[in-house]
Amino acid sequence: MDKTFTARRRRDLIIAAALAGLAALAPLFIKDVYVQNIMILTLMYAALSQSWNILSGYCGQISLGHALYFGIGAYTTELLFTKFGVLPWFGMLAGGMIAAIIAMGLGYPFFRLRGHYFVIATIVIAEIGLLLFQNWEWAGAAMGITVPVRGDSWLKFQFMRSKLPYFYFALVLCSLAWFVTWWLEDSKWGFWWRAVKDNPEAAESLGVVVFNSKMGAAAVSAFLVAVGGAFYAQFLAYIDPESVMGFQFSLLMALPAVLGGIGTLWGPVLGAVILIPMTELTRSYIGGSGRGVDLIVYGALIVAISLALPQGLVSLFSRSKAKGATR
Amino acid sequence: MGLLYGLIAVGLALIFGLMDVTNFAHGEFLMIAMYLSFFLFAFFAIDPLLSAPLVAAAMFVFGAVVYLLVVRFAMRAKANAGMVQIFTTFGLAILMRGLAQFFFTPDYRSIPQSWAGGKTVSVAGIFLPEPQLIGAAVSIAAFAGLYFFIHRTDFGRALEATREDPGAVALVGIDKNRVFAFGWGLGAALVGLAGAIMAVFFYIYPDVGASFALIAYVTVALGGFGSVFGAFAGGIIVGLVEATTALLLPPSLKSVGIYAVYLLVVFIRPRGLFGSM
Repeated sequence: MDKTFTARRRRDLIIAAALAGLAALAPLFIKDVYVQNIMILTLMYAALSQSWNILSGYCGQISLGHALYFGIGAYTTELLFTKFGVLPWFGMLAGGMIAAIIAMGLGYPFFRLRGHYFVIATIVIAEIGLLLFQNWEWAGAAMGITVPVRGDSWLKFQFMRSKLPYFYFALVLCSLAWFVTWWLEDSKWGFWWRAVKDNPEAAESLGVVVFNSKMGAAAVSAFLVAVGGAFYAQFLAYIDPESVMGFQFSLLMALPAVLGGIGTLWGPVLGAVILIPMTELTRSYIGGSGRGVDLIVYGALIVAISLALPQGLVSLFSRSKAKGATR
Repeated sequence: MGLLYGLIAVGLALIFGLMDVTNFAHGEFLMIAMYLSFFLFAFFAIDPLLSAPLVAAAMFVFGAVVYLLVVRFAMRAKANAGMVQIFTTFGLAILMRGLAQFFFTPDYRSIPQSWAGGKTVSVAGIFLPEPQLIGAAVSIAAFAGLYFFIHRTDFGRALEATREDPGAVALVGIDKNRVFAFGWGLGAALVGLAGAIMAVFFYIYPDVGASFALIAYVTVALGGFGSVFGAFAGGIIVGLVEATTALLLPPSLKSVGIYAVYLLVVFIRPRGLFGSM
């Protein structure tokens, strides 16, 4: 295992660097703002999905409440910015930290729950967060917060004239999430997570500190998602509870990883690259009628892919590995 | 209201308890049932309370077909089985919502005048809306019927047995797929009954299911997965908690009480109130 494993890891890193380089050059050729917008969203969802994948894919603790951390990142940044004038960069870090702390705080009671009880608990806690924010007057309640325009600057992380800075930040975020996953995959935590996912009791008996490794996964995952939330808030310059903390968002975050291949390094990226442009295109070309055709296509596709490729699209590239995994 | 939650949840619990599949399209089943009774009323002027058995029967067929066409295949997945089921049923939910928008438009509809709609009955000095009372009565009857069905009939025993050990059941000559399709049909029929009653006092629109679905999962989990009785009890608790929080907190926060009670219960008993360990 050792030699091929290290070789594969080195190859993965080279491929990732090459892809990131190519992506960085893409805006030189693609000037269309609409397409750029889709590329930014794709990178953002890839980053979010990669972060979600750390807790849910690698560690096997399926969370459908990650919108909570996303919302916390978005709200921390914007509340600090609009109420206290704190620069979004600090807000982003603060939001990430708060989300990680909350994730660990929730971990204490939550990680005792198994299977569906855990999944429902994550949905429920995100829903509580949503309802509280919707009723919190100081934070704009259901109306949300409109981010005041202070002009183009990296300092304030606001850009009016061009979308390119957002694009590059999303690329950095996506690369960061990928790299963290890559790095953790071969760390002590990475091995612990896989052991915890496969069989918690056996892992425990072999000396894996199950609880701590779950906590670690939750903290890293929540931190990265919250940074994504901060980015999204600056990018749209407007947030409201439903759009950053709704249940839909938790699912949107999970879908690319599930379609691409859950618990794999490339699954989230692959899933996002296929899913997000498709979502955006169906929405703008056939969804405009408001008659739900986009939902029909989208829903049918999700059903089709989950039935045809239960291990995600990644399994198409590594047939032999996929077979080994089913055993 | 609690009894209706119970009825919605019992259908979900049946499907879950039967084969460990969470139906994330359960809310959409409810939505379709509501539309069905709406159209029966609009075109044939059949009162929703009378058409309820009809809707339940139609939903039975619908549930069984959904199982045979889609869910059956999701259960075959060996890897990531849990995720495949979650996303297959979730994809179904989106698909159904899209279809509803396409055919019925996103407009809100309501059944203007049903036989019981808008009437109130005075019970010991407290005025209660009649449709809700009828709903409560139907829920209790349906629950009793289901309980009897599962514990007293051959088919019910086959359901239970298939749940316990699908492999052994096949040896005895019971067709697993038939049993499961029947189970899905039954689950859908129960939610169909609930939908028909709720059509009397709720607006009907494509997303209506979503608002009840989460409460239904919470209800089932509160009672404990795998326990039909638990789901019913969970429904009653959820109804009571909702009514209590509505008194203490602003209406927009009334679900928070339900969620909080769920968290409290599973932290103390990680398997729900009546769940098997």
